[in-house]
Amino acid sequence: MRKTFVERLLTYAETDQRLHVVTGDLGYSVFEPFAARFEDKFINAGIAEQNMIGLSAGLALSGKVVFAYSITPFATARPFEQIRMDVGYHDLPVRIIGTGAGLSYGTLGPSHHGCEDLALMRAIPNMIVTAPADRFELGAIMDLSMKNPHPFYIRIGRSSEPDVHSAPPKLEIGKGIVVLDEGNDFAILACGNMVAGAKETAHLLAKKGIRGKVVSMPFVKPLDSEMVARLGTSMPLFTCEEHSIIGGLGSAVAETLADEGIRPPAFGRIALPDAFQKKVGKHAYLRQVNGLTPDDIAAKIERKIDGIGHRTTKKL
Amino acid sequence: MMEKKDDLPTRAKAVRRNILAMVSRSESAHVGTALSCADLLVALYFGVMRIDPKKPQWDERDRFLLSKGHGCSALYATLVERGYADTKILDGFCMDGGTLWGHATSKTMPGVEASTGSLGHGLPLGLGMAIANNKSKVFVLMGDGECDEGSVWEAALLAGHRGQDNLVAIIDYNKIQSLGSTREVLDLEPLAAKWKAMRWSVREVDGHDIAAVQKTLKKLPFHKGKPSLLIAHTTKGKGVSYMENSLDWHYKTPDKKQLKEALEEQE
Repeated sequence: MRKTFVERLLTYAETDQRLHVVTGDLGYSVFEPFAARFEDKFINAGIAEQNMIGLSAGLALSGKVVFAYSITPFATARPFEQIRMDVGYHDLPVRIIGTGAGLSYGTLGPSHHGCEDLALMRAIPNMIVTAPADRFELGAIMDLSMKNPHPFYIRIGRSSEPDVHSAPPKLEIGKGIVVLDEGNDFAILACGNMVAGAKETAHLLAKKGIRGKVVSMPFVKPLDSEMVARLGTSMPLFTCEEHSIIGGLGSAVAETLADEGIRPPAFGRIALPDAFQKKVGKHAYLRQVNGLTPDDIAAKIERKIDGIGHRTTKKL
Repeated sequence: MMEKKDDLPTRAKAVRRNILAMVSRSESAHVGTALSCADLLVALYFGVMRIDPKKPQWDERDRFLLSKGHGCSALYATLVERGYADTKILDGFCMDGGTLWGHATSKTMPGVEASTGSLGHGLPLGLGMAIANNKSKVFVLMGDGECDEGSVWEAALLAGHRGQDNLVAIIDYNKIQSLGSTREVLDLEPLAAKWKAMRWSVREVDGHDIAAVQKTLKKLPFHKGKPSLLIAHTTKGKGVSYMENSLDWHYKTPDKKQLKEALEEQE
């Protein structure tokens, strides 16, 4: 994803004089080609994220479009007030890039885990909050952001995430995209680095004769409430994200269902607990510990569906 | 509290051997930053700080905060060397199912006073601890790149204003940060003058000369009524010739052959 990120920046900078890139002294083996080619458009603010966001807003107040980059918690939690006041309140085209979604930074521990970013960013007025599933969605979101005057938060992975799409999808702000459709036994709404796992989950369930849908929800805000309402009225609905159970995609979907008075046949939020990680380990291990593997998710969905007897296809 | 005529350079080599083993086994980053501060930690834990490894919660102990939390392999190895825990604990460093994270984390090992890992948190925490523990000294070890963070300067300003003279900051000044040299990325100079202007008393030392560090920190505060800052001039990756002064070793892990070479240099 980070490769796509810098390639897109290079493309924009060729033709769009507004583009500026600001980093909080991060992006080793990412930004080198950009910094070499567009030295005057690349600003390393040092390890100083509040200033990074403040000066990004200053650039944007002067007509620039700014991509500001750091590790997820340092891009969001650390400079939260600068994002709220300088970027959100002024409604500026600053694109905040948080790298290392969820537990991607593994053994570096809770200081580097990005598990509250969606909640924080959702709460800021004007902010468009995104969690692309793969490099194709990231590219599409970056393209949309170049034509949009509002602030964006873009949550990306750490390095090489599996592709969910086989070709660049057509994305619209506030719309989800169905990435797998095999039946109506369930629907999983997933975002970011859990979409690939949700697809695997659906394949596992299909082997047991439980056939459903997987929808990528790259826009956590604005949320595709039509999609939520449509699926929620007709089939068991699950959300899936590598983010705290509080405030992310699952919360947004649950709020929409509650507001619309929709009660799906079953509903479950697959997310991280409201806790700092205790067991040490790499990304894959932490997913196991937190029940975020396709096997775990499939088991949870199967239990819920069997609990209500909702199967449109016969049990194998 | 410690044996006489302790050979501290030998202890520093033992600490470096453990750092290299931990980082290599777990394929972790940040080995250069750990090697940079290993001698400072040995100097502090073997002669400067008033501590008792058998009573890590003793009220009147001096406190140490590793504000540059990514150098934690050096802290963990030094705590083991000082007798806070058995060497076995290091086996769980950054391993699946292990107990020690890749940033300093309190409650995972005796002697780790606070969790760090996001830069610029140690000095404010240390100031609070210094205010609350007026019979103790509080030592805060920061990186140079870390001094980019505004929160460092907020705490420095208040500590100077209060004349918090039981607070001792140490800057591990190896002059390399994540994307380049500190001079290129965000120059801190004139560093001593900045702190002096905020009413700190400042000394400078070769951060790898353990005896010199201990001599400089023998009498604290440097100046009554002022917080003390020790600017320790260091070398990133110190003690492993192919890692010294290299940005790459902020990120890379030594392979087996490189580990062997590195360990040979610690004999």
